[in-house]
Amino acid sequence: MKNKLNILNWKPDRSSFPDMGEDGKPVISLDSEKFIKVWQGPNHPGITGNMSLELTISGDEVVESKTHVGYLHRGFEKLFERRRYIQCFPTCIRMCVPEPDTNEYNLARGTEELGGIEVPEMANWLRMIVLEMARLQVLLRMVPGQAGTMGLGLGVQWGMYYRELILDRMEELTGARIYHMYILPGGVRGLLPDGFKQRLEENLVKIEGFLKDLDKLILHNAVFKKRTIGIGHIPKDWVDQYGIVGPVARAAGYQRDVRKDYPYLYYDQIDFDYNIEHESDMFARFLVRRKDLETTLDILRQIMAKMPDKGEIRAETPNVLHWKIPKGETYVRCESSRGEYGFYMVADGSEFPRRINLRGPSYTHAIAVLEKLLVNANISDVSAIMVSLATCPPEIER
Amino acid sequence: MEALLDRLKTRFDVFDFEQRKKYQSFCSVNKLSLVSLVTYLKATEGFKVLVLITVVDWIEDGKFQITYLLNNPELKTDLGIRTFISRDNEEMESIHDLWEHAPTFQREIREMYGINFPGSPRVDESFLLEGWDDIPPMRREFDTKKYSEDTFFPRPGRKTNDPAEYMKQKLYPDEK
Repeated sequence: MKNKLNILNWKPDRSSFPDMGEDGKPVISLDSEKFIKVWQGPNHPGITGNMSLELTISGDEVVESKTHVGYLHRGFEKLFERRRYIQCFPTCIRMCVPEPDTNEYNLARGTEELGGIEVPEMANWLRMIVLEMARLQVLLRMVPGQAGTMGLGLGVQWGMYYRELILDRMEELTGARIYHMYILPGGVRGLLPDGFKQRLEENLVKIEGFLKDLDKLILHNAVFKKRTIGIGHIPKDWVDQYGIVGPVARAAGYQRDVRKDYPYLYYDQIDFDYNIEHESDMFARFLVRRKDLETTLDILRQIMAKMPDKGEIRAETPNVLHWKIPKGETYVRCESSRGEYGFYMVADGSEFPRRINLRGPSYTHAIAVLEKLLVNANISDVSAIMVSLATCPPEIER
Repeated sequence: MEALLDRLKTRFDVFDFEQRKKYQSFCSVNKLSLVSLVTYLKATEGFKVLVLITVVDWIEDGKFQITYLLNNPELKTDLGIRTFISRDNEEMESIHDLWEHAPTFQREIREMYGINFPGSPRVDESFLLEGWDDIPPMRREFDTKKYSEDTFFPRPGRKTNDPAEYMKQKLYPDEK
């Protein structure tokens, strides 16, 4: 009995680990020879995009982490100030490579709101279908990608194949695979090609089959469970305090989804629910995104059933090269695969935007949240924790 | 939103109220009242989420506009608070003790606009631009074209040839 109690009360010997200061942070002295500095990135297989983590390690435990960004800074927000609204479109999509359509949509919607343009119904349905296809292709890479950080690379390879199927449909609809520039102020560039819905449905059926395989490969995998359950835990009270959004907030039990909270386009006519988990660890975040995949398939089917076959796709706008947008400001947001994605736009009455500011999920997830979450993490979990937050450096350093 | 505005008007000197959409409004406030207004909104009115802090440069008026966008997740409303500071005295009180991610915004603004937030953690550390010694680049007077011409070596344009003439010279050099 006594032995059992001793086991329950056992605590690891941390005498060789750093002392904690009064502020709750470890006292780091590099001269004590208890620490080493490791730079993970800017180019590293476990890093999403070009970002660098300056890790201070004691043994195999991270005691301090600092995020360094700036390797991709191209000054987009500065460039916007010197370009007409229509000229901002080819630039804005580069602010998030995996999911550029959210940028197009936000910029178009902000311009329409400030310029007083009403978008035709058909164009709104087409915008929805593109945004959901974009979400689907990101999730097909991101969901197995979580396991990829732990050496389970097969799921990523499978996911990439199914992502290509959606990119085929994107190419068919917009003429491009990655940067579509399909959504423009006032509407979209074209109608669905003949037979598009049928081909998309065939792809969705294939993806459903893939999800069953994915569950066998990853969800029920002992290694994956062992390395994700209870690891990378985000306390619930961090969500508002750190501005956490999207699947990371939903995995902590919060009902946060822009599509339901601030309905845009025709999402209020679509039947879907928040995908919630409560454990708030890496496994919970994986489960939320896994459910998001199924929800996206369902939403795409509902859109195809509800959208009309024909209709106006472009509202009449002033000449876009001389379009003076009245003075005003707005904040527009949509739900990207990573969470709330917003543009704060200020117009000064000229042909050029005064200010366009992007607020992406990674701005807090990759800096404030990640820096704190990595403290006391094992160095082998660093990449996995970072990927579970879905960091995307270009949206930090616009 | 109107009830909220009435409550705010009794306590703070808010002005320029503008309702942009059903769930989103903007208002302006004096620089000195900003922190107390933001603290009140967070503690009492349920605006628990800081969406963003950003700056607009009104160079022609000699002012910087700092916008704090707050969100109330229960009522699902946004309130954007504008405050104006002089371009000659670019300093603003920090709100790093209210939200954990506020220092990141303030650090970026410090680098990009040169606005100081005394007391904000790591505010003087470089955010994107390591070793930058020019004026803050997001200020309107920063000339990107001049900077790139001064900084980067001019690259000569690509040499082009008339295809027919080029092929003729290559394939049939002796032919006149």
